[in-house]
Parts: sequence; C-alpha cells; structure tokens
Amino acid sequence: MNDTVSTTSAAAASASPVDGPLATVAIVISLAVAVWALVAAVRHRPPDRIQFVGLAVLEVALLALTVTALVALGGGDRPGEPGAFFGYLATLVCLPPLAWVLARMEPTRWGSGIVCAICLVTPVVAVRLQQTWEALGG
Amino acid sequence: MAETTTEQRATNRGPGRLLIAVYIVFAIAATSRAGLQIATKFDEAPVAYLLSALAALIYIVAAVGLARAGHAGRRIALACCTVELVGVLGVGVLSIADKELFPDETVWSDFGSGYGYVPLVLPVLGLFWLWRTRRDPA
Repeated sequence: MNDTVSTTSAAAASASPVDGPLATVAIVISLAVAVWALVAAVRHRPPDRIQFVGLAVLEVALLALTVTALVALGGGDRPGEPGAFFGYLATLVCLPPLAWVLARMEPTRWGSGIVCAICLVTPVVAVRLQQTWEALGG
Repeated sequence: MAETTTEQRATNRGPGRLLIAVYIVFAIAATSRAGLQIATKFDEAPVAYLLSALAALIYIVAAVGLARAGHAGRRIALACCTVELVGVLGVGVLSIADKELFPDETVWSDFGSGYGYVPLVLPVLGLFWLWRTRRDPA
C-alpha cells in the first residue's frame, strides 16, 4: 500500500533537503524513544534518563535538519507549499522541548505517556514536512 | 465506586497532563499553519483560514483551561471542548456536503481526517476527562 508513496519520495529525494539520512535518523530515534517510553508507561514507570537523553538527541537531529533546510533555502531551493512547510518545521522543533518540559512536570507513568505520544507525533510531522517540500503546485 | 485520592483526580495531573500535551501540540501546529496561511495567501480562502485560526485559538484556550484546572479553568475547557466538538462535526458535514465552502483544508475538514481524526477524538476525550475529574455535583 506504500508503493506509490515510496516511489514518489525516491524520485524527489535528490532535490529535497528534508528527505535525506538526517530525517531518517530523526524518525528512527523518535520511534525508538516512543517505544521505550511506552514500555515505561505500561510498567508504571516515570520518564527515565534514557527518555530525556533520547529527547535531547532527537532535538539535535531536528535542529540539524532545520539548518539543512535553511541552507537549501539560502541556495535558492523552494518548498512546494511554503506556508505548510514552515508551519510543520516550526512545529517539529517545538515537539521534543515540549515533551521534555511536560515530562519533568509529570514524574509518573503519564509522563512516559506524554513522551510516547509526542515521539509518535514527531515522525508524522516529519513525513508531512517532506510531503510539503515535494508537493508540486500545492 | 473506586474513589481515588484528590491528587489523582485533579484535572491537570496524570492523564490530564497527557491530554494537555496533545492540546499544546495541536495549538502549535494549528497556530503556525493558520498564521502563515493568513500572512501569505489570505485572499485564496479567507473563510477556511479564519476557521483554522479560530480552531487554533480554541486549542490554545482549551490547553490553558485544562492546565489551570480551577473552577474557571474547567469551565473554559468545557466550553472549548464543546465548541470544538460542534465545530469538527459541523465543518465535517459542511465540507463533505459543499466542497465550495472550504476550498482549502482546515483542521476540521472531513472530520479532521487530515490529522488522523485526532481533532474529532480530542474534544470527546477532553469532555470525558472533565466529567471524570468533576468535583461534587452542584
């Protein structure tokens, strides 16, 4: 069912600054932290050090992705849907800090739940970011 | 009736904080998107963009209401969740019945299908949580 999606992104991969190894790394880190946090939540555990370190690493990867996108913009490249693209980009870099702050405020299993939820949203926003770069004509 | 302690039943703790996290994510996403749409191409679909901005505002106010969780906060959250539910159902029906009305997508178009139906589920969860954490019936 993902055949069309994967061929589309493969075709545009060379042109898109947000669809490289960096984005893949960010998505993988995010999903890994989400799984770890889910296990913690199920086991009634508050957010542990690994979750916070994971969020920090994720944020670094997303900031690097943002810099890559800004460099491409500086070089004259333009996203397919600029409005949506910048909206998603701004949302994306806010997510790990938000999870961090709320998880600090909630040292219960629900704090792990917050980390899990936000780390599940992050890959979705990252993929939408890629789609808004590649969209032709909007 | 398994009555838990007042701390666990507070509106802004535990599962409530997870709910607040999701509301904040939607507030950020909707605000950045609506802001950029209004700033860059307001003339294309003013109704849709104003509606997105209204939805964004409601997500922000609902998050604040849930986070403050006092008497006033809960009332504000109750009003916001109700408006959201009516909004997502109303716009959902209208956007399917009359495509012309909303030429560009809003958060609430097609019952929030563009956002994984979270806009439809969120107010229901919000109302349920407000009901679960209610104080003595007046």
